[in-house]
Amino acid sequence: MMSEVLLNLSGVHTRIGQYHILQGVDFAVPRGELTILLGRNGAGKTTTLRTIMGMWQASEGAIHFEGHDVTCWQTPTIARLGVAYVPESMGIFAGLSVQENLTLAARNGPLDESRLDWIFRFFPALKKFWFLPAGLLSGGQKQMLAISRAIVEPRKLLLIDEPTKGLAPSIINNLIEAFHDLKKTDTTILLVEQNFNAARSLGNSVAVMDSGRIVHRGCMAELAADGDLQKKLLGLSLDMHQ
Amino acid sequence: MSSIATPPSQGGGDALPEARLDRIPLALVPALAIVALPFIGLPTWVTLTVAGLAMGMMIFMMASGLTLVFGLMDVMNFAHAAFISVGAYVATSVLLRFSGWMQEDSLLLNIGAVAPAVLAAMMVAGLLGWFFERVIIRPVYGQHLKQILITMGGLIVAEQLIIVLWGPDIIPLQKPASMRGSFQFGDVAIEKYRVFAVALGLAVFAAMFLVLNRTRIGLLIRAGVEDAEMVESLGYRIRRLFVGVFVAGAGLAGLGGAMWALYQESVSVAIGGQMMVLIFIVIIIGGMGSVGGCFVGSLLVGLLANYIGYLQPKVALGSNILLMVLILLWRPQGLYPVAKR
Repeated sequence: MMSEVLLNLSGVHTRIGQYHILQGVDFAVPRGELTILLGRNGAGKTTTLRTIMGMWQASEGAIHFEGHDVTCWQTPTIARLGVAYVPESMGIFAGLSVQENLTLAARNGPLDESRLDWIFRFFPALKKFWFLPAGLLSGGQKQMLAISRAIVEPRKLLLIDEPTKGLAPSIINNLIEAFHDLKKTDTTILLVEQNFNAARSLGNSVAVMDSGRIVHRGCMAELAADGDLQKKLLGLSLDMHQ
Repeated sequence: MSSIATPPSQGGGDALPEARLDRIPLALVPALAIVALPFIGLPTWVTLTVAGLAMGMMIFMMASGLTLVFGLMDVMNFAHAAFISVGAYVATSVLLRFSGWMQEDSLLLNIGAVAPAVLAAMMVAGLLGWFFERVIIRPVYGQHLKQILITMGGLIVAEQLIIVLWGPDIIPLQKPASMRGSFQFGDVAIEKYRVFAVALGLAVFAAMFLVLNRTRIGLLIRAGVEDAEMVESLGYRIRRLFVGVFVAGAGLAGLGGAMWALYQESVSVAIGGQMMVLIFIVIIIGGMGSVGGCFVGSLLVGLLANYIGYLQPKVALGSNILLMVLILLWRPQGLYPVAKR
């Protein structure tokens, strides 16, 4: 049975200056699932996330979130619907402490201690460096902070852009564990990921982008099991990543 | 804040790493004063040091808003000089109405005249700032060249309007009676008004420090200075913050203008423009967007201007430009650089 759709993009075009980046993106993110957005560099994955978030406006097409047409909505309004965004650059505030970064993300009041304890289970370094300026954290710790900021309060949809990029394997394992736990909380996640092993272990469904369009949609398990399809869509075989 | 504000308990006995304040730029202020001492006799040195600190505090009042505006909104606002001038003129108008109270040798009556003058200066400058942000700045967000051109144009128009309203002549102004003259400690004379300026400057800095570091608005401003887009993606409407900071910055410029007019005991239409060179030096030295850096930079500029003005008057302004060059060679992003995305 098909899950209820939380986010739906239909025929979305995005232009940045003279560049026509998204050229009719169509895909849906089912509620409560983790959807992986795959694609080669420059395929338009980051632009897709930024367009959903309202950071770049779609020039054509429509984006619906929970039934609302959010195509022309401003970023803060979309965020207040319950959408959190973790950019590829992580977007942490380097001059603010770990505590202040998380406090800022908790829009609805003081930080919830039980939720913080849950976060610290995956990312104990954040507890250790609580009062340290975030700019002094290592790359992996910054990524932990960026993701923690997105989940410091319950959100309906997380948009996460390449969280494992440049991270050590042990930290990637922590992240994967955290995402598995998040899936149990009914949080919907749209994850841009280049690490196919991580994507395979996490994803329920997958959408593959190429040249600003979705070229494949389906079940992650099917793509993971089909080496020929991987080669065709992504120019890789899973064997190379094992 | 919840109890989360306290450090989470640690399982191990490892010491927690702490954020350390970079004290080296801060130490430059006393270092500069100590270096100057052998070249100037002690009584004069004390007088010049207090004068330099007072000048620094007034520059800080004028510059602190502009540095935040640049950091948060990425706007180079040359029209900031208009807020200083308008503040000075509005305060002068109010003070002239209270000239009777100004002449009385009563601190209470003097404050009764200065306080409404300063408040009016801040309010009118703040209102002008609100108008500028909405009408002049908003259409050119993100376009630096246009910002420079349009804010320069705005400054010229504002200065001409001042001439229309108050006339082209210099308006003489007297300090309040209780703030004239000096405190005498043996050979050392310290002007009373300068002590007042130092106290007010410290109060403004303390208030800004508390707002920026102890309130949620301050947290948003500090985050917005680093990465406004990310603040928006957390669900905050940064545009509202822009307006608030712009108005507050204009109000502070008005306060600085009022204080500077009283310090100079006259006001002319060029009062704001004359200060802009020092204000830009201070903002660049401090690190664009950094209030703490702006404070330290203001004190350095104020002290150096007074010491060099006494020792070699002809090179007073050049010395501050040299100071800026030396600091930028040492720290290209300023004394307290702001982490920008």
